[in-house]
Amino acid sequence: MPHAYPFLTPEQKKELSDIAQKIVAPGKGILAADESTGSVAKRFQSINTENTEENRRLYRQLLFTADDRINPCVGGVIFFHETLYQKTDDGKLFPQVIKDRGMVVGIKVDKGVVPLAGTNGETTTQGLDGLYERCAQYKKDGADFAKWRCVLKITPTTPSRLAIIENANVLARYASICQMVRDGGHHGIVPIVEPEILPDGDHDLKRCQYVTEKVLAAVYKALSDHHVYLEGTLLKPNMVTAGHSCSHKYTAQEIAMATVTALRRTVPPAVPGITFLSGGQSEEEASVNLNAMNQCPLHRPWALTFSYGRALQASALKTWAGKKENGKACQEEFIKRALANNQASIGKYASKGEGGAAAGESLFVANHAY
Amino acid sequence: VKFSRREWALTPSPYPSLSPEQKQELATIAQRIVAPGKGILAADESTGTMAKRLQKINVENTEENRRYFRDLLFSVDPSISQHVGGVIFFHETLYQKSDKGVLFPKVVKDKGIVVGIKVDKGTAGLNGTDGETTTQGLDGLSERCAQYKKDGCDFAKWRCVLKIAHGCPSPLAIAENANVLARYASICQQNGLVPIVEPEILPDGDHDLQRCQYVTEKVLAAVYKALSDHHVYLEGTLLKPNMVTAGHSCPRKYTPQEVAMATVTALRRTVPAAVPGICFLSGGQSEEEASLNLNAMNQTPLHRPWKLTFSYGRALQASALAAWKGQPANKQAAQEAFFTRAKINSLASKGEYKPTGQVDKAASQSLYTASYVY
Repeated sequence: MPHAYPFLTPEQKKELSDIAQKIVAPGKGILAADESTGSVAKRFQSINTENTEENRRLYRQLLFTADDRINPCVGGVIFFHETLYQKTDDGKLFPQVIKDRGMVVGIKVDKGVVPLAGTNGETTTQGLDGLYERCAQYKKDGADFAKWRCVLKITPTTPSRLAIIENANVLARYASICQMVRDGGHHGIVPIVEPEILPDGDHDLKRCQYVTEKVLAAVYKALSDHHVYLEGTLLKPNMVTAGHSCSHKYTAQEIAMATVTALRRTVPPAVPGITFLSGGQSEEEASVNLNAMNQCPLHRPWALTFSYGRALQASALKTWAGKKENGKACQEEFIKRALANNQASIGKYASKGEGGAAAGESLFVANHAY
Repeated sequence: VKFSRREWALTPSPYPSLSPEQKQELATIAQRIVAPGKGILAADESTGTMAKRLQKINVENTEENRRYFRDLLFSVDPSISQHVGGVIFFHETLYQKSDKGVLFPKVVKDKGIVVGIKVDKGTAGLNGTDGETTTQGLDGLSERCAQYKKDGCDFAKWRCVLKIAHGCPSPLAIAENANVLARYASICQQNGLVPIVEPEILPDGDHDLQRCQYVTEKVLAAVYKALSDHHVYLEGTLLKPNMVTAGHSCPRKYTPQEVAMATVTALRRTVPAAVPGICFLSGGQSEEEASLNLNAMNQTPLHRPWKLTFSYGRALQASALAAWKGQPANKQAAQEAFFTRAKINSLASKGEYKPTGQVDKAASQSLYTASYVY
């Protein structure tokens, strides 16, 4: 029986929603710099750089100390645990560097995927044990938001009903715990909810849209059941795209229309912002697609912006190549993508070879087709 | 890509329930009903309910009296179509004619107004609950909808009822009513009718505003999950909810701004932006109360991606009934009373209603408490 046992005071709610709004303020998005040690290994290997703690520190330092041109572009940065306690060459803790620039510090809190027995290779995500205590400590250490990634995949037999409800439930538990966190006078960590549907496969755009709608409907039902305060959350979904091996290629406008339609059908207007993951997209693709989202003629009551890892860092990483003398050039590449996505998040990105905003709009198909 | 039957059973099935043309028709109908400044005249009172209305003005509940009164409403000046986008009919009324011998659906359609039909068959008890109900009417619903579509209807209405009390609404009542609403909606869409989904939470009781808001959020979350599970095309639906108010016997009185803030907050947390419009029921509110509350909704400083308008029965007809009193001589006065309420609610649906004697918008905005309280 619905009896309300409120656990958030008005002040606590305000703190959560203020944080969320700050992250997705107009023109701003998130730098996802939370690659685990294992993920960094893969990135560094591609640029022939040794995966040492010092190299990870040097690389993140380059990103965090890029010049003021990124200030209007970056609302928040997601950290990996190790990085939260690393310092600049001058001995300043990284979270402090980010905070001093007016950006919000976030922390990845999940502990990776684990298999769901009896399914076709599907997973849930672990990390709930002691999560409250870990989050309280992260809040003390400067974090104001968190991120938790669940993973689903599209095949003829997946995602299964179990995978959908289990991942939705664990996301809701995580979100609820984050919002409860207290640290003395400070309250609340804004949970970014990430139900990623992988782009692997040969399915078409429609199939992805359909699955995305079902997954997001389940996620928001679970958030409601767990009494999560939506105004103090963010969503980090996949864009709706065809599978990587799908033979048909879709335009940015088709991707935008399918994505925005799916979101309009499932994400309540109370959610302040939707920060897309870039998945396997190239830097340019991710910017062009985000731009098309923000030019879509369908009404969008939430901010549509970015939470990009590779799509902000790929060129920067390559340019750095692990060499100190490439530092400035590396930062220039990062700044370039930050500015591009800043423009894309307000629908004003003019990439090379693309027409202006007016040319793009004519490519949108009427929404009833979706 | 082809999917086997087993695959279809296991995974979110991509089997399309509506063609693009069907979707476009439904979305277009829904948008017409809630076009700016327009709302719905709920004239679907059953014979039993009409008995109560007519008894209050000492008029006999005959078929001719029911016909006469509906004719009075439907034959007002055609400019009514600026304020009324749709009319909900009761079955009997759909086959009655105006004084000039024109079928009522045609009278309404010729004014550019969309014709709707109540299709549920009333509530039925849920065993093991504290007097809670579900709503029946699914049997043969598809065939009935097809016939109604032929007979001029383009939308339908189905009312579920929940109540707030100790232990209510129960998880069963919420799940069962959400499910039956979704089945109804799915069937309507297959037959080209836009379903208005009405999960009414009664205002009876002494609970406060917060309690009603909480229950409304839970009920609407369940409704939209059920609509998703049943593959209902949201752009081709409308929602007809209660406003969030305190119970009738709650000692504390709330302002229209508080009612509006609680209501809009609840809707923002549960109703996807794809839904084109939300048409409030007036429940036990007076005509003026219903207009003031709707007006406050449309002035709330929270972003609202759907239209917020009216689907009023009593709140559009009470004065008209009282003016008519069953006397043909009073027909014009009754029509004017109805037209006046329609115009007022049209303004309220745009947040532009300025009742005489009220302070202006700037002054009333200071009555809003910040949204984070809710």
